[in-house]
Amino acid sequence: MQVKITVNGTLHERDVTPRTLLVHFLREDLALTGTKIGCDTSQCGSCTVHLDGKALKSCTMLAVQADGSDVQTIESLAQDGPLHPMQESFWEKHGLQCGYCTPGMIMASIALLENNPHPSDEEIRHGLEGNLCRCTGYQNIVAAVKNASEKMGG
Amino acid sequence: MATAVVGSRIKRREDPRLITGEAKYLEDIKLPGLAYAAILRSPYAHANIKSINIDKAKALPGVLGVFTGKDFADVNPLPCAWQAGGVQNNANTPRILEIDKVTFTGAGVAVVVAEDRYTAEDALELIEVDWEPLPVVVDAYKATQPGAPQLHENAPNNVCMEWTVGDQSAVDQALHSADIVVKQHILNQRLIPTPMEPRGCIAQYLAATGEYTIWMTSQAPHVMRLLITAFVFGIPETKVRVISPQIGGGFGAKIFLYPEYCLMPALSKKLGRPVRWMETRSENYISTTHGRDHITDIEVGAKRDGTITSLKVNTYANLGGVLSTIAPGIPTTLYGRMLSGAYKIPNIFCRVFGVYTNTGMVDAYRGAGRPEATYVVERAVDLVARELNMDPVEVRRKNFIQPEDFPYDPIILRGLKYDSGDYDKALDRALEMLDYANFRKEQAEARQQGRYLGVGFSTYIEICGVAPSAWIGLPGEGWGAALWESANVRVHLTGKVVVTTGSQTHGQGHETSVSQVVAGELGIAVEDVTVQHSDTLGTPFGYGTYGSRSTAVGTVAVYNSLQKIKEKAKALGAHMLEAAVEDVVFQDGKVHVKGAPDRAKTIQEIAGAAALAYSLPQGMEPFLDDTTYYDPPNCTYPFGTHICVVEVDPSTGSIEIKRYIAVDDVGNVINPMIVEGQVHGGIAQGVAQALWEAAVYDENGQLITGSLMDYALPRADFFPPFELDRTETPTPVNPLGVKGAGETGTIAATPAVVNAVVDALSPLGIKHLDMPLGADKIWRVIQEHTNGV
Ligand code: FES
Ligand code: FES
Repeated sequence: MQVKITVNGTLHERDVTPRTLLVHFLREDLALTGTKIGCDTSQCGSCTVHLDGKALKSCTMLAVQADGSDVQTIESLAQDGPLHPMQESFWEKHGLQCGYCTPGMIMASIALLENNPHPSDEEIRHGLEGNLCRCTGYQNIVAAVKNASEKMGG
Repeated sequence: MATAVVGSRIKRREDPRLITGEAKYLEDIKLPGLAYAAILRSPYAHANIKSINIDKAKALPGVLGVFTGKDFADVNPLPCAWQAGGVQNNANTPRILEIDKVTFTGAGVAVVVAEDRYTAEDALELIEVDWEPLPVVVDAYKATQPGAPQLHENAPNNVCMEWTVGDQSAVDQALHSADIVVKQHILNQRLIPTPMEPRGCIAQYLAATGEYTIWMTSQAPHVMRLLITAFVFGIPETKVRVISPQIGGGFGAKIFLYPEYCLMPALSKKLGRPVRWMETRSENYISTTHGRDHITDIEVGAKRDGTITSLKVNTYANLGGVLSTIAPGIPTTLYGRMLSGAYKIPNIFCRVFGVYTNTGMVDAYRGAGRPEATYVVERAVDLVARELNMDPVEVRRKNFIQPEDFPYDPIILRGLKYDSGDYDKALDRALEMLDYANFRKEQAEARQQGRYLGVGFSTYIEICGVAPSAWIGLPGEGWGAALWESANVRVHLTGKVVVTTGSQTHGQGHETSVSQVVAGELGIAVEDVTVQHSDTLGTPFGYGTYGSRSTAVGTVAVYNSLQKIKEKAKALGAHMLEAAVEDVVFQDGKVHVKGAPDRAKTIQEIAGAAALAYSLPQGMEPFLDDTTYYDPPNCTYPFGTHICVVEVDPSTGSIEIKRYIAVDDVGNVINPMIVEGQVHGGIAQGVAQALWEAAVYDENGQLITGSLMDYALPRADFFPPFELDRTETPTPVNPLGVKGAGETGTIAATPAVVNAVVDALSPLGIKHLDMPLGADKIWRVIQEHTNGV
């Protein structure tokens, strides 16, 4: 099936099988491998991207369902050069160890701040409950999001 | 360690590629002509394979090949590289695909290779297996009892090995003459490590040279190469190159040799195509190793003043259906030998049965044996305190090994001695952070109001930086190799430094901390150091990253090479300055004449001169380049105090962690930010065992917690912020004074939490609870006890 999906500002027209997941379309068809896969039950959030401005677990959607949409992946954030303040904050606050959850975590965190520019620690922890991290114990992720919220002057 | 770069919180050098999504993990690697494998796994926990029909699967368009165990009958079973020391081990290990029989749900029996992953998975459903199901046993104790199903011919009563440490009759005598003896049955439930990246493997065989390149999610690429070549395929080591790409966490589960890491190269050879297999999470849960799973009975004897005189432990350690690579070593060397904890316990005896059951393989999971030992010891101390109606803090202090006792020989470590410590100091600091006196007041008031507030302590020690080769190796503890580490340091013509190390990093930040040590020693910028690792081509042999050994062993190898490089730089610098070697010093990146800091040559100038070799002192070889193989003289022994404060809601049984305090002593610290991160993550995993996580098999050997829907991996809102501090007692074992920090949190946290919950519920007469302490269980226990009271 033919789909037209804008990814990171570029329109892609591709032929995909109906059962291709959006995450596989991004990773295999477009070679955007920054988005990760950590589970098969929509639990981990490693695959989080933005679809039409909202955070979405890209393993929960078929590529054909995303036809006509605008998708942003982790690769979009620093595509014009400087790091996004959320990326900077994860770096500064040691919000990552193995880095596997990180692209999804950063995309989810950006969406979180869009909805709530001044979150409390508790709101951050709550807001990220769809994203699993096995390395950090989450503490420095919370600090990173907090830091980004200050940086972004939200 | 003169320069301040060591000990500072510099941002991690590995992060830019990770936060931008540029890093290449295994599944991100694409090779021309890549084919995709999917594995058919046993749906039965115990069954004979009568026949397998692959015809329909083979006929599916897009399928390149379908194979069963019979196609690889000439390939050796995987080795067990660490058998319990000094005793008979009835070893049974996996084959790359099982041929006649399976002993756990998830064992691989057939494989499909196809043009794409969807086709490979479709074809799996077309394979027909004629199974003959057999009776199942999943409990390690029941498996040893008469009448239990037998898994392996060579292991009567399903016992792989029976191992003991200590003097049984001395312990029995001491228990007999103790003022009090407390007995307790203690379960340490099975856990699933769950690195966020599952396992995977890509292999490419080149027929022209007979060489394989294998990319795999491994914490120990050199060891993988050794095992695959020398033990499984019987080919020269030089025919295989193993690469661990960016690795998304391991926690032990990625140390081992798994069937798929041998199957992919075999398939690539058969098909003439590079072949990839990437585990799904559900597949990870049944086919990758689990951790813990002990059934234990303890007897602890003490004097009326709280002095512990004896500890007797009997443990059934579940090893799963077959042995993973180092499975028998975990519940023996790393468990039984650690049962003295931070205490002078004069009489210890431990017997361990390693048992086969129809469950997934069990091997090292973060802490590996030491969390199980610490749990036993820290529960035992609390049980004694409770029995004597003493403050658990006082019982701990009473039995602590004192600073002047180091090096301390706990006897059960078979000659190794605890290196250094000041256990009271860490405890004092943690109590101060808690404000202990006040807390007990607050608790008394809460109890008046019918609230269940509790505090739990864990004054743990652990063993890191494993290990002296002669101690742990075959003649000693049964480890089938050595455990030194290696490093090469080269200072290039421009003064830029390349370190190659046999260690592997999968989240620990070695690229940063090693760079800090190099920068500190040579007086150069951190940015001028490159750390290369994880590829057997171009790095010296190393045993890999686990057991918190990469800093205490691997980085010490780097440090030792740096000393030798500095010596050579001094000799060359003196030559360049026309001074005698005795008259120069190496300081802040320069060799200068003593008392004349301006008469100096920078390390960059010296490196250039060494590389150009136009004028070298008599007999000196060109280039600043050194390789070290460092075999540690002892392990290292971090320690600390963790305190957990909980409140239990009696109406629901739910537990709120109100505070979590951790004061750890990991010796000197290279990068405090990284150490804190390790501690945070470790605590999260340890708390999770106490409260939420459990791998549960039903009676048929089906994993009930077989996905992230059912296995309670903690989320961000499960935790309060952890309050951290450190004491720093350097180890005399190595010149960096570092002990290792990767596992302390996990080892310490579990008993702290359980002790806190038991303390909270102690007014109800509760003395012990088995994990995980889910709300339903706690609610039931409260009901039982309140109705009974
Ligand atoms: S891959 Fe786990 S939620 Fe999408
Ligand atoms: S950093 Fe490893 S899973 Fe989050």
